[in-house]
Amino acid sequence: MPTTKDLERIASQVRRDIIRMTNQARSGHPGGSLGCVEYFVALFFHILRHDPGHFDMDGRGQDVFFLSNGHITPVYYSVLARSGYFELSELKTFRKIDSRLQGHPATTEGLPGIRIATGSLGQGLSVAIGAALSKKRNGDDHLVYCLMGDGELGEGQIWEAAMYAAHNKVDNLIATVDYNRQQIDGSTDEVLGLGDLRAKWEAFGWKVLEMDGNDMGSVLGAMKVAREGCGKGVPVMMLMSTEMGYGIDFMVGTHLWHGVPPNDEQAEDALGQLKETLGDY
Amino acid sequence: MEVAMKRFTILDHKDTRSGFGEALLELGHMNEKVVALCADLTGSLKMDKFAAAFPDRFYQMGISEANMMGVAAGLTIGGQIPFTGTFANFSTGRVYDQIRQSIAYSNKNVKLCASHAGLTLGEDGASHQILEDIGLMKMLPNMTVINPCDFNQTKMATLALADYPGPVYLRFGRPKMPNFMPEEIPFDIGKAILLREGTDVSIFATGHLVWKALEASEDLAAKGISSEVINIHTIKPIDEAAILESVNKTKCAVTAEEHEIHGGLGDSIAQVLSRRMPAPIEMVAVMDTFGESGKPHELMAKYGLDTPNIIQSAMRVLDRK
Repeated sequence: MPTTKDLERIASQVRRDIIRMTNQARSGHPGGSLGCVEYFVALFFHILRHDPGHFDMDGRGQDVFFLSNGHITPVYYSVLARSGYFELSELKTFRKIDSRLQGHPATTEGLPGIRIATGSLGQGLSVAIGAALSKKRNGDDHLVYCLMGDGELGEGQIWEAAMYAAHNKVDNLIATVDYNRQQIDGSTDEVLGLGDLRAKWEAFGWKVLEMDGNDMGSVLGAMKVAREGCGKGVPVMMLMSTEMGYGIDFMVGTHLWHGVPPNDEQAEDALGQLKETLGDY
Repeated sequence: MEVAMKRFTILDHKDTRSGFGEALLELGHMNEKVVALCADLTGSLKMDKFAAAFPDRFYQMGISEANMMGVAAGLTIGGQIPFTGTFANFSTGRVYDQIRQSIAYSNKNVKLCASHAGLTLGEDGASHQILEDIGLMKMLPNMTVINPCDFNQTKMATLALADYPGPVYLRFGRPKMPNFMPEEIPFDIGKAILLREGTDVSIFATGHLVWKALEASEDLAAKGISSEVINIHTIKPIDEAAILESVNKTKCAVTAEEHEIHGGLGDSIAQVLSRRMPAPIEMVAVMDTFGESGKPHELMAKYGLDTPNIIQSAMRVLDRK
C-alpha cells in the first residue's frame, strides 16, 4: 500500500511527464492536467480496484474510470502508463501520427485503460451512469468513477444525467468536478458563472463532498468518505478544488495554459521545479 | 441479393413501429442481455410490452435524449445490448454529437430505434417529420442504417439486431401501411431483396415507398414497360453487387424513399453507379424542403412520394437511356 509520500513522489514524476509530453507534441492541455495530478495518482495508484495488466472493455469485477473532460489526456496517459496499462515509452507518441495516444481519449486504437471516446464535452457522466447500471445488472459491486471539468458543467447533458442518476438511485458512482474556476476564455465567473455548485448538486439530489484536489492527504481522506457514501441510494459528487497549472510557478492559477504547451525554454524552467522521482520516460 | 419473386398482396395494414415492439418483446425472452431505454414515448414506440415483461431491463429516461444516448453507450460496457427508442427526429439530429462520439466513434453496441420517421408522421408537422435522418446516420463511420418497408420486415430487422455487432440505426414509421412481406423471405442485414424482375428499368425503393414501387411496377407493366423492383432495406452498408447486377441489365434506375433528396437512398445509389457503372437516375424523394401538417396520404401525394411519381420518373429515366 503506497504511503502519501510515495504518491506525492509519483505525482512529481507525472507532472514532469505532462510538461515533457505537451512540449514534445507542441500541443495539448497542460493546465488542467497539472491541476488534477493528485486526483489521478490517488485514484490509479491507491483507490481503484483494478488490474492494469489485464485490461478488458467490460471491466467486470473491477472499478472503472471515465474521463469526461477528455482534453486532459497528458495526466490520464501518464498515470495509465505508470500504473501498468501500457509501456511508458509509448508516452512519447502522444498526439503524433499513428499513435494510440490520441489528442483526446479514443477507443479505436485499442489503448488499454480507455473505455469511451471523449473530448466533446458533457458526455462522460451519462456514460458512467450507463456503466454503473450495467454493473448493477451484472451483480458486480465495483464502483464507477467519472471526472468532469467545471467549465464543462455548461453542457446541458450533464444536468440531464444529474437528474437521472438521483431519480434512479445510481449509488455505485462517484463523480468528481475539477473545480479550478477556469475555462478557455477566462474565469468561470466571467464566462458563465457556476453559482453555488454545492447547492446545485444537492438540489439535484446528490450527496456532495468537497476536497482540496492539490493536497494528497485531502484527496485520500475525502475519496475514502466518498466510497463509504456509496450504496446508500444516492449518487455521490465530489467537488474538487484545484488550481489549474498547479506545481509550476508560472502556470499556476490562470486559464492561459489551458491549451498551450510550454516551449523548450519554458519546459526547462518547469522541469527545474519538479523532482525526477521515478525516471523520465 | 435475396430473391422473393412473386405477386405481392397486402396481407393486412399494420404500423412498422408495432413490428418493432413485437420483436423487442421476443428478443427480451430470447436474450437476457437485451435492455431497452425510452425517452418518455414508451407507448408511441410500442415498447410498453417489453417494459411490462422486463421491468428491470427497461430504463425510463424521461425527456433527456442526450443522456439516453450516453447511458446506452455506458450500458454496453459490461455486455448489455441496449435498444434506445424515441422519435426519429430525437434519435438523430437532436443527439448527433452524442451518437457521433459516445456511440459511433467509440464503436458501442447500441441499437438506435427510431419511430415516426418521415412525412407519414402526419399531423404533428415539420418539427417532428425528420427527412434528414438517413443522411445524418449514414455519414457516421461504424454505423449501419436500416429502413424496413413494412410491419413484417421491421419485425425481422429488429430480431436481426441483437446478434449483429456494432451501432445500428433502425428507422420506422407511425401509420398503418400495407404489410406485404411474406414472413418466409429471409432478412439479412446488408442484402437487398429482389421483389420483381424486369429488364427496362430498376426501381430501388426503401421504407414505405417499397409498396408504392410495386404498385408502380404493375402499372408500368400494363404500359409494356418491364421494371425490376429491389427493396433496399439496408442503406448502409449498401448492397453494391445487387445494384450493379440490376443496372447492368436495365441500364437505368429510379430511387424512391421517404427522405430528403440530399443524403438518402438516392445519394447512395448514385454514388455506387457513378463510381462503378454510370447510368441515368431519377430520384423520388422530398426536394430540399421541410414537411407540414396533414394526413399521411395527403402529404405523400403533395410531396410526390407516391405511385404516379414513381411511374413518371421511370418514364423519364427511360427517355434518358
